[in-house]
Amino acid sequence: MTEAAGKKTMTLNMGPQHPATHGVLRVELELDGETVVKATPHVGYLHTGIEKTAESKLYYKVIPMTDRMDYLAPMSNNLGFCLAVEKLLGLEMPERVVYARVILTELTRIASHLVWVGTHALDLGAMSMLLYAFREREMILDIYEACSGQRMMSTYFRIGGLAYDLPDDFEKRVKNILKVIPERLKDYERLLNDNKIFRSRTIGVGVISAEDAINCSLSGPCLRGSGVNYDVRKANPYCGYDKFDFEVPLGKNGDVYDRYLIRMEEMRQSLRIVKQALEGMPPGPYRVHAPGIVLPPKEDVLSKMESLIFHFKIITEGFKPPRGAVYQAIESPKGELGYYISSDGTNKPHRMRVRPPSFINLSALPEMVEGRLMADVIAVIGSIDIVLGEVDR
Amino acid sequence: MSYTEIMLISSIKVIVVVLAVLTGCAYSTWLERKLVGHFQHRIGPNVAGPFGLLQPIADAIKLVFKEDIVPNNVERITYALAPIVVFIPALLSFAVVPFGDKVTMFGYQIDMVISDLDIGVLFVFAVTSLGVYGIVLAGWSSGSKYSLLGGVRSSAQMISYEVAYGLSIIGVLVIAGTLSMKELVAQQSSFFDWFIFRQPVGFVLYVICAIAETNRAPFDLPEAESELVAGYHTEYSSMRFAMFFIGEYANMLAVSCVATTIFLGGWQGPLLPPIIWFAIKVALFMSFYIWLRATLPRLRYDQLMNFGWKVLFPLALLNVMVTALIYRL
Amino acid sequence: MSEYLAIIIFLFVGIGLVLFTFFLSRLIRPANPYPEKTQNYECAEPPIGSSWIQFNNRFYIFALIFVIFDVEAIFLFPWAVAFGQLGLYALVEMMIFIFILLFGLFYAWKKGVLKWV
Repeated sequence: MTEAAGKKTMTLNMGPQHPATHGVLRVELELDGETVVKATPHVGYLHTGIEKTAESKLYYKVIPMTDRMDYLAPMSNNLGFCLAVEKLLGLEMPERVVYARVILTELTRIASHLVWVGTHALDLGAMSMLLYAFREREMILDIYEACSGQRMMSTYFRIGGLAYDLPDDFEKRVKNILKVIPERLKDYERLLNDNKIFRSRTIGVGVISAEDAINCSLSGPCLRGSGVNYDVRKANPYCGYDKFDFEVPLGKNGDVYDRYLIRMEEMRQSLRIVKQALEGMPPGPYRVHAPGIVLPPKEDVLSKMESLIFHFKIITEGFKPPRGAVYQAIESPKGELGYYISSDGTNKPHRMRVRPPSFINLSALPEMVEGRLMADVIAVIGSIDIVLGEVDR
Repeated sequence: MSYTEIMLISSIKVIVVVLAVLTGCAYSTWLERKLVGHFQHRIGPNVAGPFGLLQPIADAIKLVFKEDIVPNNVERITYALAPIVVFIPALLSFAVVPFGDKVTMFGYQIDMVISDLDIGVLFVFAVTSLGVYGIVLAGWSSGSKYSLLGGVRSSAQMISYEVAYGLSIIGVLVIAGTLSMKELVAQQSSFFDWFIFRQPVGFVLYVICAIAETNRAPFDLPEAESELVAGYHTEYSSMRFAMFFIGEYANMLAVSCVATTIFLGGWQGPLLPPIIWFAIKVALFMSFYIWLRATLPRLRYDQLMNFGWKVLFPLALLNVMVTALIYRL
Repeated sequence: MSEYLAIIIFLFVGIGLVLFTFFLSRLIRPANPYPEKTQNYECAEPPIGSSWIQFNNRFYIFALIFVIFDVEAIFLFPWAVAFGQLGLYALVEMMIFIFILLFGLFYAWKKGVLKWV
């Protein structure tokens, strides 16, 4: 008691075991009363060494590990990695694969944002929102399950295509989502946008200016909330995003409420993209024809000697991309998710490095919360939308 | 009636009321979980007994069997005392609530109220505001920072709403001219005499302040689970925690009972027996509480204080003035 | 007096109930404390510093305001109950009193005492 008598501030650990730090994030808060004087995020409690482990794995065996980074958006992680390796190999995807990937990653964006809006509202005390959001997310997880057999760690995208062809009722399910979710989004907005308490908890909280956001190299909704128009899908199109008609919502004030509005709008835009992609999806193969790199069709493996050998060799030895290094970024639900892969010509990546949007966005946390109240820390952590699996990798 | 008879009747009434309150608290938790479940497209408890009706009993048994973990650096005496200080005042406020009219039983005229104090309303307000001591003691003596923050928040919150809470019923008192709960019920004999119609602003103020006083959503900052983990009772487990828990629900029930008595005509109603009417009104009020919890986000601390001092308090004062003027002129 | 007697009985029954449940629970519950378990909770990290610190004096000021206004509000109770019997004089007097209260509130408000943070 005596040694602290002269001290005016209190140091408080928020996390790693805390209900609202979205996993095992630890924020060391220095509090004066309830005002945050200093906030220091500590990470690493969920470190799994994915980047290092990738160096000892065949290329295709890295895909399941990427699922486990941002476990709320597995398809986006798969896509980033597959695109990077395909870039390294110089593979060109068939139309059907591209469209299927676009549909599934946009659905992933919706699923991830749904979890976000649910947990964010829960952090602010609106507990029902979580269950509503999970109800809708369930429909998307059902599609994952129909496609890949897995609800969360789907590992559906493969280097050179998809793991299997899309299920027969894929179109029906997606159309159902297109019909249901817009109405539900309206319900959410009635519950949150019109709520005075929600608005007063979020408007003007956790403000970050456009300049600071760029300097912190934020990306995704956190950056666009401050009014900076940067979306990898527009700035650096992949998967034929330049062919789709959609808008990038921008905020003005860079506060929690703007980030919330942007994510709500992004879900609508994603639905627009899904609709266009579903209408434009041509029939065709679900894998590119690339002997020795991409697995041959199963019936060929069972009937043709050559295919069987390729199959065996790919599974056991993998493939050897040429020497070189690539960087491929995609717009994941959290922001710019980039994969840097350097190849030394062997069948394993020489080095893999992920640009994790959550981690980099998290670095703006002290900027946003210092000088504000403790309750705002929760709102801001929620609004950054971190997934600790991706922060720590 | 002789002295012994009075003692005996009082004791029986006390025991009946205590049991009723405990059952009421237990089934309030059931009601809350069931209602919130349905609000959220879930089923709620449905395994223990039909409709999960035995769930509160299962919870109670679990809590009794739990290990009591006492952290090392607590202030032992206050730490042990705090749950009791929360629980007892919550219970005591039921002493002056009339549950029904006079009944004749075994040749005795029995009032359906433990104690018809002529200052009943004042007693309720005095006793319910004692609960804050338990919360502050719990928060401070636990030696945990989350508890401390919860305790301090709670005290500041409760004192901020205490003033408006007291003022909110002065309008009723001006009209009624009595502090006796029984007398208040008697003055609301017909439906449109209910004080909710004669004092609508007072009722709204009362409800808001009561929610804040009982630390319930959207004013549940002292235990805001997403910020302070569990607030002032973070370090409590087993039966000690259960005391806080029962205390909170007993407080909610007490507030509902008082609201029913003061504003909603008490036990009066057609056809059904008085005690049933009373229970229905209290249950409806409790459901309103739960509904709020399922719907609203939590206020932030400064917003809460601003709302209490800058909106509710002036409004309550104005309500008193306007009521007095209308009544006089 | 019997009315207060009933309340005292109520009080004792309440305390008895609490002590009984504590006693009952002590009989049947397990007790297995060890250092990690009996550490204060701070999100699974060892606590940094003591929690008994000088706290921000904001809270103290609010307590002072509360004492002032609550004591004044108490005067309204007897006035309200006796309102029917009192004449116009009481009404006017109380109006002045309430105006003084409101004035005090706005004074505190303008002084910035009611501002949190």
